[in-house]
Amino acid sequence: MGALSKSPWIIHYDGSSCNGCDIEVLAALMPRFDLERFGVINTGNPKHADILLLTGSINEQNKSVVKNIYDQMPHPKVVVAVGICATSGGIFRECYNVQGGADKVVPVDFYVPGCAVRPEALIDAAVAAVALLDKKRDAMKAGKA
Amino acid sequence: MWWLGGLLFIVLAPFVGGLLSGIDRKITARMQGRIGPPVWQAFYDVAKLLQKENLVVRPTQKMYMDFFLVFTIFTGVLFFSGGDLLLVIFALTMAGVFFVLGGYKASSPYSFIGAQRETLQMMSYEPAVLIAAVGIYMVTRSFQVAQIVHHPTLIIKDLPGVFFAFFFILTIKFRKSPFDLSTSHHAHQELVKGITTEFSGRTLAKIEIAHWYEYVFILGFVYLFFASNPVLGVAMALLAFFCELVIDNISARVRWQWLLAASWGVAFVAGGANILYLMLKG
Repeated sequence: MGALSKSPWIIHYDGSSCNGCDIEVLAALMPRFDLERFGVINTGNPKHADILLLTGSINEQNKSVVKNIYDQMPHPKVVVAVGICATSGGIFRECYNVQGGADKVVPVDFYVPGCAVRPEALIDAAVAAVALLDKKRDAMKAGKA
Repeated sequence: MWWLGGLLFIVLAPFVGGLLSGIDRKITARMQGRIGPPVWQAFYDVAKLLQKENLVVRPTQKMYMDFFLVFTIFTGVLFFSGGDLLLVIFALTMAGVFFVLGGYKASSPYSFIGAQRETLQMMSYEPAVLIAAVGIYMVTRSFQVAQIVHHPTLIIKDLPGVFFAFFFILTIKFRKSPFDLSTSHHAHQELVKGITTEFSGRTLAKIEIAHWYEYVFILGFVYLFFASNPVLGVAMALLAFFCELVIDNISARVRWQWLLAASWGVAFVAGGANILYLMLKG
């Protein structure tokens, strides 16, 4: 039984992106792609979320914010880096204040490249993420027992 | 056999409430041109929440939500086993108070504001609920639900204004727009999630289950107005639920001043006029 994979609630944080990926994330929830048919809810509250979607690169200012959001999410949780900026820093990698991709601060499970990311790739990542959620839940249970 | 209704409520209400919640999401999605989640989605959500880690700010905040669940069930059991309508309303208020206290206990600015708004919501719907009880008493000469359901005529025929006032505050109890100030199902921000912001895992699941019990209890109250014709009663309860979905989808969240003025206005004008008429009629 995969209760987790049937109800993945997401939280979406925009690090320092150009908003292209954010618009794609929100577009995936709209009628055309309708992620909610898989039980996905955009919560906006880390304590209710299962999947953290990060867009944009990590810089000195948002480092602590991303870390804080990740820490506030209850286990099991999955992190998805959305877009090339969140994956590696993208074209902003050489900037003086940019540290690189999301994996500089939090453990990233899935990288979704693209500029901006395609909705199909995003849905693919969401499906992969829910499968991992179930795996992490089982690992959590085994650890407790 | 007075306890049978209460027992059935404890066992069946979560299934009915959860299913209603799932149908709610399906119909809402269709109204927005989406496919929407399966009707069992509400059960999947709760099953998931039960498996998640339970993060809390203070351990005691969980206790308040336990009491919220217990008193919500108690309210429904009293109602469906044919108890005293006034006691039912007091138990409902008690459940609401524990919900508010839980929000305050979490001591986060979001849940704090949510708790304050929930208090305002309770203040808003309380007059209409009390007027409903008074009106039903004036028609049936009884506060006992067991006797009210056996009243020979349709209660709504004498209480159209009171029913309208009660229907108006259903939006508050179902936590639907425009009156979902304290906590909303469509929250994309912490402030909108309000009172439940600081709750996760098992405790959030309990809050969700308590809302399912609340759904069934409220629809039971709607049924009471049509009790002499059971088929019509069930149909009207479901119709009231559907109307709430439509209202939810076509309206935006309002400010608390508007909420208070509107619900008190409707309660005292429509409900009060109805009561006054009954008094003058003798």
